[in-house]
Amino acid sequence: MTQKVAITAQNVVKAFGQGAAAVRALDNVSVEIAAGEFFTLLGPSGCGKTTLLRLIAGFEMPTAGTILIDGADVTEKPPNHRPVNTVFQSYALFPHLTVAENIGFGLKMQGRPKAEVAATTAEMLELVKLEQMADRKTSQLSGGQQQRVALARALAPRPKVLLLDEPLSALDLKLRKEMQVELKRLQTETGITFVFVTHDQEEALTMSDRIAVMSAGKIQQIGAPRDIYTRPVNRFVASFIGETNFLPVDPSPHGARLSTGDVIAADGDGTVLIVRPEQLRLGPAGVGAGLAAKVTGVVYFGTDIHVNLMLADGTALTARVPSPVDGGADFATGQDVAVTFQPGAARLIRE
Amino acid sequence: MAERSFEVSRLPGFATIAIAVFVLLYLPIATLVVFSFNSGPSIAVWQGWSLHWYSDAWNNEAVKGATFRSLIIATAASAIATTVATMAALGTTRRAAFGGQTFIYVVINQPLMVPEIVTAVALLILFGVIKQATGYQGLAYLIIAHAAFCTPFAYLPIRARLEGMDLSLETAASDLYANPWQTFRHVTLPLLAPGIAAGAMLAFVISLDDVVITEFVKSGGQDTLPTYMLGQMRRAITPEVNAISTALLGLTIVLLTLFFILTRKKN
Amino acid sequence: MSPAEQSQKKRSARNGWLLSAPALTLLFIAASGPLLIVLVYSFLTPGQYGNVIWKFSLDGWTGILFTRDIFDGTTNLADAHLTIFWRSVKLSLMTTALTFALGFPTAWFIATRPPTQRAMWLFLITIPFWTNLLIRTFAINEVIRNEGLMNTVLIGIGLISEPIRLINTDTAVFIGMAYVYLPLMVLPLFAAIDRFDMKLLEAGYDLYASRMQVLRHVILPIVKPGIVAGSILVFVPSLGAYVTPRVLGGGKNMMIGNFIELQFGQGRNWPLGAALSMALLLIVMAALLVYVRASTKGSNPHG
Repeated sequence: MTQKVAITAQNVVKAFGQGAAAVRALDNVSVEIAAGEFFTLLGPSGCGKTTLLRLIAGFEMPTAGTILIDGADVTEKPPNHRPVNTVFQSYALFPHLTVAENIGFGLKMQGRPKAEVAATTAEMLELVKLEQMADRKTSQLSGGQQQRVALARALAPRPKVLLLDEPLSALDLKLRKEMQVELKRLQTETGITFVFVTHDQEEALTMSDRIAVMSAGKIQQIGAPRDIYTRPVNRFVASFIGETNFLPVDPSPHGARLSTGDVIAADGDGTVLIVRPEQLRLGPAGVGAGLAAKVTGVVYFGTDIHVNLMLADGTALTARVPSPVDGGADFATGQDVAVTFQPGAARLIRE
Repeated sequence: MAERSFEVSRLPGFATIAIAVFVLLYLPIATLVVFSFNSGPSIAVWQGWSLHWYSDAWNNEAVKGATFRSLIIATAASAIATTVATMAALGTTRRAAFGGQTFIYVVINQPLMVPEIVTAVALLILFGVIKQATGYQGLAYLIIAHAAFCTPFAYLPIRARLEGMDLSLETAASDLYANPWQTFRHVTLPLLAPGIAAGAMLAFVISLDDVVITEFVKSGGQDTLPTYMLGQMRRAITPEVNAISTALLGLTIVLLTLFFILTRKKN
Repeated sequence: MSPAEQSQKKRSARNGWLLSAPALTLLFIAASGPLLIVLVYSFLTPGQYGNVIWKFSLDGWTGILFTRDIFDGTTNLADAHLTIFWRSVKLSLMTTALTFALGFPTAWFIATRPPTQRAMWLFLITIPFWTNLLIRTFAINEVIRNEGLMNTVLIGIGLISEPIRLINTDTAVFIGMAYVYLPLMVLPLFAAIDRFDMKLLEAGYDLYASRMQVLRHVILPIVKPGIVAGSILVFVPSLGAYVTPRVLGGGKNMMIGNFIELQFGQGRNWPLGAALSMALLLIVMAALLVYVRASTKGSNPHG
């Protein structure tokens, strides 16, 4: 990587509890986050993503390993001595302070001159478009406004890195979409490195420069959103991001051999063949190439339909095809069809 | 009358009993209050309105002294109890469980579990020895004794407030460059203040109300209002006692109302 | 655990102890510590004019149940003491039962009021709860005494011609204790009922239970921890009651609390008083143990 590195985690282990009952929330995690990057930690709850974030912020200390911020070892530094700020999932706005006092809190604690605190607070209020709310108590704000105060408060001290712990999870869908755009804008405008924690794959795919997919305390894969979606490295990543059909296969010189005997061309290597439902095509049975399958059910989804299929050997598949009203063909349960793969769609992965 | 709809939570006779309980609970207190305004010396036969039992009590040197003493003890004891209780509450909440935490909890709440008469006897013996050894007979004994049994009453609301407090607020403060002292000064303390005030008020009321321990610990001439009133029971009862009781009752209600306002959750 | 984690944990525990130290010191000086002195005193010999002589003796403890005849030196069961213990236990149990019988419907009534009214009803129970016990004892005394309101009114309307003489009887102490300790029963019951999910009643009625069957098979088992808590909160102070029996029972209808005081006053038998105090403490601790066990069982949904 040619860019400057903002955060480095080296062989970080975090265990909770002791002895046999200890649970490894992070199991030997190493990652480098570049300066100015929008980096997302994505995974189901309990995967260790929030723990990693809290270790970077300094709220927890690692059981083993080191954490560097901007090249400096901060592993044992308390949070108030680290140039990072956090946007909390619950926002953690101080209920006894006004919006402006909340935003100026970090600068005040750093002992900055009053004039500077006031100026930066005003600037931040403008940045998040809350100029009119400066003297309100935070309890008088809507969820979306509280979210913006939390952002402004964390950005005001101009941290090297902004840590965001599922900041959008409490918002409704429409507001969440707006805030996604807003966050991306703030990140571009300020140039600050964002480390974003979420369990929402769509959120991760649309906003991030790079994503680290985590599971069971380990990083499963790091890469750009497109890479992660199209070239997942294992079954967990493939199933967590988007929907996937899994087919057990045997290696074959020309690709992969299904238990039905059909051979399918596929990249990668491993014993499982994956293909996304939208990359399957359905045609009339017995005409041309394709795997013979029987329709076991049809689910209507508005823009498209999901057709549940069963191959001759009993393997279940799902295909996503255009809805009949939009010009697609219709299917009925029990119908025989031929399934073909889009060129390059099938990939082999390890278990 | 038939029920218009089936009210699931209704149980036969319960409302009647409850109303009767409230009447029976308040009837004696109301009687006590009303007869404090009786012009005659009876506490059962009404002879017209008068405030003269209040002025009698007010002009009674013994009552004045006891009132003054009660207030000094309650103020000092609740101040001490609230201070140590606040510190203990900060020490026993919101940190990783440590060995001995249950022990601390049991010791602090011990006055709630031991019958008052037992503590009273214990203090009688201990302070008797100290009084003999030092010759000091002052109010400090009562203040220390009251502070001790008021501590759990101050501790519980403060602890409840602390436990209900969002831990992430202090995490947020430390994230925003506040050192531990700044975090306490600018975040914890302002948010805890209502709990501390509530604890102090309960401690004050509890100290003001104590009879048994005071009766055993006090030296000669150290009557508080409750022990003075208990002493009056041996003589003929006049509405003067009702007047003192009513005043004390009024003070308790004012403090309790404040307590409820302070501890009431917002929203 | 890394050294950093360990030192963080150690520091946190040390701060916890340091912050608790002033409270622990205060309570050790003026609450827990003196109890040890009482224990020591219970094994000493009574002094002639009160206080003790520092000589080991078990007479304090044996004196709880037995008396030694001063003339022939024989040891007999102390009937007077047993009467006092029996009265204390009997009155405390009766008080607990009566406060439950009255308190449960009251707590239920409060918990089922509309949310806007509930706070008001609860406040009405809380005021007597925090009102000076002595004042409440006075108040009930003024109602039930011979020349009190009850008799004045009853004679006035011609229902009775002679006043009902209640004062200085066990009944007066019983009524008085039930009156002063009732709020202690209502509040924990309310807390338990307040947590009770009223949907369970709908389920009960849906499954053909009558109102009484719902009460017996659904409500009471679920609010049992509250019932136990309330009963302990009433039983424990009843057993150690001092003010109420003194004001309403007179000198004859003593309970354990008054009997203990007597030993430190006219009785001049401090070791016996100390032993009685310790015995009372043991009974109370046993009751609390029952409570702890019942409440931990209550939290088990299959228990």
